[in-house]
Amino acid sequence: MNYTLRIWRQENAEAKGSMVTYKVSGISPDSSFFEMLDILNQQLIEGGQEPVSFDHDCREGICGTCSLYINGRPHGPVKGVTTCQLHMRSFKDGDTITIEPWRAKAFPVIRDLIVDRSALDRIIQAGGYVSINTGGVPDANSIPVPKEQSDDAFDAAACIGCGACVAACANAAAMLFIGAKVSHLALLPQGEIEAEHRVMKMVECMDGLGFGGCSNTYACEAECPKGISVTNIAILNRGFLTASLMKQKEKPSKGDSL
Amino acid sequence: MPLNSSIARKSLMALAGLFLAVFLPVHLGVNLLLLAQDGGRSFSVAAEFMATNPLIRIAEPVLFLGFLLHILYGLMVSGANRAARPVGYQRPNSSDTSLLSKYMFHTGLVVLVFLALHLADFWMLKVGLVAPPEGIDRHDFYSRALILFQSPWYSSFYIASFLFLGFHLNHAIQSAFQTLGVNHSRYTPLLKIAGSVYAVIMTAGFSLIPLRLAFFP
Amino acid sequence: MTRLNARIPEGPLAEKWTAYRSGCRLVSPSNKRKLDIIVIGTGLAGASAAASLGELGYNVKAFCYQDTPRRAHSIAAQGGINAAKNYPNDGDSIHRLFHDTIKGGDYRAREANVYRLAEVSNSIIDLAVAQGVPFAREYGGLLANRSFGGAQVSRTFYARGQTGQQLLLGAYGALSRQIAAGTVTLYNRRDVLDTVLIDGRARGIIARNLVTGEIERHAAHAVVMASGGYGNVFYLSTNAMGSNVSPAWSAYRKGALFANPSFTQIHPTCIPVHGDFQSKLTLMSESLRNDGRIWVPALKKDVDRLKSGEITPVDIPESDRDYYLERRYPAFGNLVPRDVASRAAKERCDAGFGVGRTGMAVFLDFKDAIKRKGHDTIEALYGNLFQMYGQIVAEDPYRTPMMIYPAVHYTMGGLWVDYELMTSIPGLYAIGEANFSDHGANRLGASALMQGLADGYFILPATISSYLADEIHTPRIDPASHEFTLAAEAVRERLNRYLSTGGSRSVDHFHRRLGRIMWDHCGMARNEAGLQHALGLIGELRREYMEDVRVPGRMDRYNPELEKAWRVADFIELGELMARDALMRRESCGGHFREEFQTPEGEALRNDDEYAFVAAWEAAGEGAEPSMHRERLEFNDIKLSQRCYK
Repeated sequence: MNYTLRIWRQENAEAKGSMVTYKVSGISPDSSFFEMLDILNQQLIEGGQEPVSFDHDCREGICGTCSLYINGRPHGPVKGVTTCQLHMRSFKDGDTITIEPWRAKAFPVIRDLIVDRSALDRIIQAGGYVSINTGGVPDANSIPVPKEQSDDAFDAAACIGCGACVAACANAAAMLFIGAKVSHLALLPQGEIEAEHRVMKMVECMDGLGFGGCSNTYACEAECPKGISVTNIAILNRGFLTASLMKQKEKPSKGDSL
Repeated sequence: MPLNSSIARKSLMALAGLFLAVFLPVHLGVNLLLLAQDGGRSFSVAAEFMATNPLIRIAEPVLFLGFLLHILYGLMVSGANRAARPVGYQRPNSSDTSLLSKYMFHTGLVVLVFLALHLADFWMLKVGLVAPPEGIDRHDFYSRALILFQSPWYSSFYIASFLFLGFHLNHAIQSAFQTLGVNHSRYTPLLKIAGSVYAVIMTAGFSLIPLRLAFFP
Repeated sequence: MTRLNARIPEGPLAEKWTAYRSGCRLVSPSNKRKLDIIVIGTGLAGASAAASLGELGYNVKAFCYQDTPRRAHSIAAQGGINAAKNYPNDGDSIHRLFHDTIKGGDYRAREANVYRLAEVSNSIIDLAVAQGVPFAREYGGLLANRSFGGAQVSRTFYARGQTGQQLLLGAYGALSRQIAAGTVTLYNRRDVLDTVLIDGRARGIIARNLVTGEIERHAAHAVVMASGGYGNVFYLSTNAMGSNVSPAWSAYRKGALFANPSFTQIHPTCIPVHGDFQSKLTLMSESLRNDGRIWVPALKKDVDRLKSGEITPVDIPESDRDYYLERRYPAFGNLVPRDVASRAAKERCDAGFGVGRTGMAVFLDFKDAIKRKGHDTIEALYGNLFQMYGQIVAEDPYRTPMMIYPAVHYTMGGLWVDYELMTSIPGLYAIGEANFSDHGANRLGASALMQGLADGYFILPATISSYLADEIHTPRIDPASHEFTLAAEAVRERLNRYLSTGGSRSVDHFHRRLGRIMWDHCGMARNEAGLQHALGLIGELRREYMEDVRVPGRMDRYNPELEKAWRVADFIELGELMARDALMRRESCGGHFREEFQTPEGEALRNDDEYAFVAAWEAAGEGAEPSMHRERLEFNDIKLSQRCYK
């Protein structure tokens, strides 16, 4: 099959980018989207040009590295898959395919289709964990957890941190990403203990990084390759509002912590 | 509460919005009295009640505050949201979402323009900021309304505005609950339906008045 | 050739680790702050080690080539993690987990290490649960277990088909917490290209910032390699595209011994290759073998009719199907260990009974399971895997059997380490898949996650202190020193060489050819002639690579082709060492199957008298042949026997 590709090319973070058109031909419908781009890159290299840079790693839909905005949709036209799981049979012979990087103030372009998503790491660093050290923990079965609750926590924890939610959101908001982590941990007794502190810290960090807010268009849920539900955003909102209104005034530290 | 956080702003906007949504059916109820075939007697009684009841008098400034908050926070939230994506996409987003949810700012803006005109027409008259047309008492809303609805331009604009308000409300109700963290696998779908029904009733109810006056004067 | 000393503590097997920990030297909190540790890689082993060392108060620098630590390839592990909790009350114990792991590894692993692994396994589950890892649970609220990969007990904990992801996110959370606390500094998008030695001790690394291209020097009192496995030497594997051997290889070039390089695991249930341009292989969890039945047509004519499209698999009657695993191994059937299942598939395909477009696939059929358990149960168990298969192959596994074929999955070999997980270079440690230690010649399912986390959370943080206790008087290492300058220059020079070769072929071209050589001659079955041939081919490839590779772009820019050029050059050298190792080992064991050494029934034939040792290779410099050291494996608590799954 043959395709016309319109691809965003940008030398580095400072450079001005533009769309460049390429043609690829003889692509098998069974090849993955990245294998199609590999073929384009081999052509470019052998023709003495610089290949198109894009982020990819596991190529099996779990690492969350890939991040292409294809024909107006993060991860392309197929629901519930990452770009690396997209196959060329999802496109018609002769199609023009527009490929852009994720766009958000918090995700600056590094080169071509690669963006810097370390803002998501920073949000996790603000509190996306249970504050325990290695060792000295109770036996794994000492705290039973209702299966339904544990399953819900898993559903939220399935987030791969690709940032498609931010890319799809009209406001470049990271609310689904944060909501997933906040509710994953708040749903489990182990994480619930510091839920209030966590949600405040994570939201504060998110706001400082230049993400937008949620206007409940639910584009995030529609584009999430792992089908993470916007219910998690409601849980985040609820957690934040209760924590904001109900949290006791913090007492000055008497030097016993840390 | 950290009032500056994006979620707090959104929640205040949602709360104010929900408050406004409670006021709307009251207003509609009074307006529908315009259609009573009694030469405006019942409408005037209702208007009189609204103008003199102490509770309503207290509610009015609160209502204004509600509008102000909703609009102000709406603008703030929209501004921050726009700033979050300084470089847009070449190919517009085609994610599978409800179209109207993306245009809350725009539908809100139309409603705001309407609100400004509406205020000029009635409220400003009442408080004496604007002189009433010749021969009409500044408290006689009934005659004023009938005169306005005689203009097909005004009526069309009025209906159009409520259409946009309907679009706004359709998303707004369930969105406000989501923002306030109210979400339940069983009740949220019902809430969504209720929100849409509410939006349809408001739009249809308000539009009924100019339509009825236009076609069956 | 010297005898290697693994420095295994004295005493009875079950007490060695406790005794070691009680006796090992410690570093006081105030001194820990003054000690720097570099951790390379942020997978299960690296992230857990960096987090735990940070919690202890050391000053840690963590490196990963990915944009964030959470993307390390541990994330792709599907099946589960073993532990000897014996929650199901089915007779499991630490000793049984130890025994199964040694036996599964075909008696080529070190007893003391494996016993320690089994001992520590339970603590990993406790910790993961405390971190909020959402393991599967029963309705009573307690943890669920399943049997996995041929084990006769249910000791595998799992989180749907994404256990690796959940465990890694747990470790990533712990790591993130330390980053926020300032004990760990993260260096993402960095390739570690060289290990720097000062006076024979590991004192730092040379890294390339993948975004700016800058060559950076990082100094520390100790260096930990957690850089993962080297399955990508085969080009096609289930590894991530960026998985590479280069950090470990730089240590090998600087004198660290590389053990059992030829021990690779070929996973039996992967989606078959579909064409020449294929870039990677996708694993389907081994758990599928719990319910799926593996078969090929019994008749050649059906193979041809399938290929021509005249019939579909469902048209072949039961009587004409060869359920070859059930036929050959009635006791274990479809649940035989990975190496056995993989070889049996290859045997059938080589005999001409393979199916699919390339004839390199066998069927994995769920028809009977769906009939027995119902569509919904099967969907609940394997829904995500079936969906993944459907997405890749565009066929519905509920209706027509899946097609699978073995693919390179895990490498048991790696940097040689002693009991303390220290390589032969003082101050240089290797943990997780990067070391060779615990899996012998074959790894059991759900043991990789266990080993990575055991090393990172519990073992390394304990053992590294006995080295660092002597380092408290060493001031911060100066990265401006002569040794760093030399290493940085050498790195820059080598990178420039690739950029200026100006050949005609892309790096991928060479990588693909290397993969083909390795798969054909050093893959599931090996023989002397093939390995000799492979050595010749690799030598040729190496020369050609030096002259004809084409690397576009610049050094001071983001340049993925340059990254690949470095990695593939290392893979070519590694491939040679693997072939050498496979050639040396004149026996069959686990994943290493030498065709000359098999039983009349075609099973692996070990030679314990001559080959019950770890082969640890020492580099001899450019162009010279590496030398081999032996670490004799002593089995005092376990009786060696022929693995039998009949």
